[in-house]
Amino acid sequence: MQEDAKLGPEAHYQAQLNQGRFLIQRCSDCARHVFYPRVICPHCGGAALQWVEAGGAGMVYSTTTVRRKAEAGGDYDVSLIDLDEGVRMMSRVEGIAPTEVKIGMRVRARVIDQKGAGLVVFFAEDGK
Amino acid sequence: MSLKDLRGRIAIVGVGTAGCGEAHGMSDLEILGQAAKAALDDAGLALKDVDGLCTANLNAAMWPLNVVEYLGIRPKFVEGTNVGGAAFVAHQLPAMLALDAGVCDVVLVCYGSTQRTSSFGRKERSAARNLLDPEPFQAPYQPFNPPSSYALIAARHMHQFATTRRHLAEVAVAARKWAQLNPEAFSREPLDIETVLKARMISDPFTAYDCCLVTDGAAAYVMTRADRARDLQKQPVHILANATAVWHRSVSSMQDLTVTPSKESGERAFAAAGLGPKDIDMLQTYDAFSINTLLALEDLGFCKKGEGGSFVEDGAIAPGGRFPVNTNGGGLSCVHPNMYGAFITIEAVRQLRGECGERQVEGAKTAVVNGNGGNSASSQSTSVLATADVL
Ligand SMILES: [Zn+2]
Repeated sequence: MQEDAKLGPEAHYQAQLNQGRFLIQRCSDCARHVFYPRVICPHCGGAALQWVEAGGAGMVYSTTTVRRKAEAGGDYDVSLIDLDEGVRMMSRVEGIAPTEVKIGMRVRARVIDQKGAGLVVFFAEDGK
Repeated sequence: MSLKDLRGRIAIVGVGTAGCGEAHGMSDLEILGQAAKAALDDAGLALKDVDGLCTANLNAAMWPLNVVEYLGIRPKFVEGTNVGGAAFVAHQLPAMLALDAGVCDVVLVCYGSTQRTSSFGRKERSAARNLLDPEPFQAPYQPFNPPSSYALIAARHMHQFATTRRHLAEVAVAARKWAQLNPEAFSREPLDIETVLKARMISDPFTAYDCCLVTDGAAAYVMTRADRARDLQKQPVHILANATAVWHRSVSSMQDLTVTPSKESGERAFAAAGLGPKDIDMLQTYDAFSINTLLALEDLGFCKKGEGGSFVEDGAIAPGGRFPVNTNGGGLSCVHPNMYGAFITIEAVRQLRGECGERQVEGAKTAVVNGNGGNSASSQSTSVLATADVL
């Protein structure tokens, strides 16, 4: 983490993801978590944002299947995931058909490599 | 001074559209110019009378400069804030303040886009926009925007309430039925609920019929103080109030996917107008997607949260229904040239003047105009318009 000390929060987040680590921020002033990474807490306006390891557990808040021709790669999922820390992010649920992703489904994060960059995706819990 | 002090003091006195549908061989500025001329002719004014300008465009960051130069005007008041398609409703409050303060006398609000027929296609433009204005925390997941963001909103609404795809289809079919009464509308062939339900999915739960049209089109309207409006050729339509609320940019930052900023803009606009939903004769709301109409009905208080679906059942917002919504056919069936906010304003004015022929809402005296902007109902701007006898 030290080597990225000069990077802004957005670049630091990505640099950590590129090394397989999923970090989010937590505000020392209001104790709430923050995503996406910022220099100012959007909840309280404070600047005391600390990096913490994301627990990785969350729930599907909403989901859509984007329809795409098979030759272009086929249909895929786009979901909004609420992490247990109380922050929301866009991602996709992998490992099951996109139309099988349901609101309320418990999911767990995994950092994958997509086109040379670290990316957070989710897999359904309880073996689904 | 408060919003309430501006009630009715400013009126819309001229409206015009041009190039709606397909404007082959024309540029954004060319059809904008035609619409501006039509709006000024309608008011009985000329370009030389215009000393205030409100305009925005998705492609040009400094669009007011393009328009000033093209029209050959030297406005004393320029407003180019772009909050998305709601902009041309949101422009009203700054224009009202400037007019009321005497900073200027005649404000032209105008927009034009030939996105449908332009040789510089949609794909290139959206790639350019992603490059210039990235969404780094969404882009890697390739949401097909704007449909996917509104689809996420619709999916959540369906999960949380008893909203169904059939309810969304009711919205699309009602819009089409109004469009069939509007000679200016682009899509006028018959449409039924089964056709909507059976159509190919774009981004679940939306089929193409849940998504707005991609057309060309230009729209302009003219604002002036009520005292001056009385001497012009058309019956003025007074702005009782306008309020704008902006809550987020991206759908992943939208706090509650089932509640839009219309909740706030509507409350502020109704309070300043001294009217409530029960006093309103029609709603002209920005239906970028079928879900938008349900959200607007709920957030503006025409029904309770979660009851938008049952509200629109059985043709309730279609011609002959109990509450007229989007009487021009909306963005779903009339016209949608990227940013549509000026068109809903114009339809409300035409209705309140009684100029709408077959689709005229008889005896209409009040209308709510509700603009939607951004990829996820990010900005909303609500106006209450009325004829002089409501003042
Ligand atoms: Zn804080």
